[in-house]
Amino acid sequence: MIQPQEMIWLSLGVAGVLIVATAIGQGLARRDGANPVIENLNQRIFAWWVMVGLLAIAFLFGKGGVTLLFAFASFSALREFLTLTPTRRGDHWALLAVFFIGLPVQYYLVWTDWYGLYSIFIPVYAFLILPIIAALSGDSTRFLERIAFVQWGLMICVFCVSHVPALLSLPILGFEGKQLLLIAYLVIVVQGSDVLQYVFGKLMGRRKVAPALSPSKTWEGLLGGIASATALGAALWWITPFSPLQAAGFSFVICVMGFCGGLVMSAIKRDRGVKDWGPMIEGHGGMLDRLGSVIFAAPIFFHMTRYWFTV
Amino acid sequence: MSLLTYMAARLFAMGAVGLARFVTGVRPDWRGCQPQAKQRVYFANHASHGDFVLIWTVLPNALRAATRPVAAQDYWGGDGLRGFIGRAVFNAVLIERIPSQDKPHPLDVIKKALAEGCSLILFPEGTRNMGDAPLLPFKSGLYHLASARPEAEFVPVWIDNLSRVMPKGHFLPIPLLCSVTFGAPMTLRAGESKDVFLARARAALLALKPNGVCA
Repeated sequence: MIQPQEMIWLSLGVAGVLIVATAIGQGLARRDGANPVIENLNQRIFAWWVMVGLLAIAFLFGKGGVTLLFAFASFSALREFLTLTPTRRGDHWALLAVFFIGLPVQYYLVWTDWYGLYSIFIPVYAFLILPIIAALSGDSTRFLERIAFVQWGLMICVFCVSHVPALLSLPILGFEGKQLLLIAYLVIVVQGSDVLQYVFGKLMGRRKVAPALSPSKTWEGLLGGIASATALGAALWWITPFSPLQAAGFSFVICVMGFCGGLVMSAIKRDRGVKDWGPMIEGHGGMLDRLGSVIFAAPIFFHMTRYWFTV
Repeated sequence: MSLLTYMAARLFAMGAVGLARFVTGVRPDWRGCQPQAKQRVYFANHASHGDFVLIWTVLPNALRAATRPVAAQDYWGGDGLRGFIGRAVFNAVLIERIPSQDKPHPLDVIKKALAEGCSLILFPEGTRNMGDAPLLPFKSGLYHLASARPEAEFVPVWIDNLSRVMPKGHFLPIPLLCSVTFGAPMTLRAGESKDVFLARARAALLALKPNGVCA
């Protein structure tokens, strides 16, 4: 697929940032090799190379590649989510339907641009049909709790995540063929916000935002991270259909949603008694640990862009 | 074994390992030992037909070829697909579930395999655990093997969550994360009685069970 001019500059920029980060990480490791925080930092940086690489390959294949990549991310996220869910034997058919019908159909609808159906397929059809399947199995033990878990998992891991590739189908005047940049913009701002919150938190974090939920989220990290990531988003206005001021507003909303998403996911993990969602991404934890902020930001970003910028 | 059977078996094994990884995202946790080319008897909890596939999947390639599961002759020893899987794919040590006069005794068959130097995967509960108890009582076979082969390492292996992936009566798996935890190797102590050894082995295996978040 032919990439827009801006993508080349963006790729060079991201590669530059990763090279600098790798150099800093290796320098720190040389000075203080046995420190677990620095070891974890270098694992995270390495995982970033892999994630950016996968995203770049998906971009080269265009819409099909990106849709497939996020379908896979949804699959991994759902697998982690349902692992921590108290399902019973009676949920077997409902869970099979979620994985092998719900997920592929949602991404197929996104791939074919059927907005009218993919925006209600899970909130309406899956919402009504899954409890029917569960009821037919005849097991009423903790029924409401079980179907609520499954529906919530499907909304979070599949419906919300599918709004990232859905950005490709937004018809924005004067922005035709460049929608991949919207995905790059969303991912850079959300993940940039996560990284900058981590950096500010590690360097000067003292006061905890929500000690009952997460030991690592501090006010210093939150304010520093969101302010700097909003500035980053504003500075990237040239890859979007937005003006610099609009880009700042959009990225601010993305950052706040991303932060709150992280908080919600922490509350779930705390309730389930785990530190990470899984072992999938070295240094980061599971797919959901990395994706949590994207999940909360993507649908809002999608709908704001759709409401104000599409024809 | 003909070349064609051999190739089909290798292909099937790769498929099984790939499928196990895709469905369960399984990761080994070598908590008590490292994967090494020593003679070992991996003894594990048993709640699903997929149990030995999962252990097999997390073993490094070099160890896989020398590690044979112990399985029931009547189920995995026939002529059809199951026989192909049992014999050609997993090279299982096939034993009779119920010892009889005219067939070789199960313990002798396993001892013979150990004498040949290969490692084994076995399930000392003797049958699949379908109840709510985390682990059934052990059969005495483990003790007899440990006394017959004192130089082999007996490694407890806890397989977590696979029974949720493939519950009884269902053959389509639900993708859920599973883990396989390897404990510290143990051997029979001098003068240790059967009951003491079996209790020690069972406790070592139970100690590897993660705190269930979904119990």
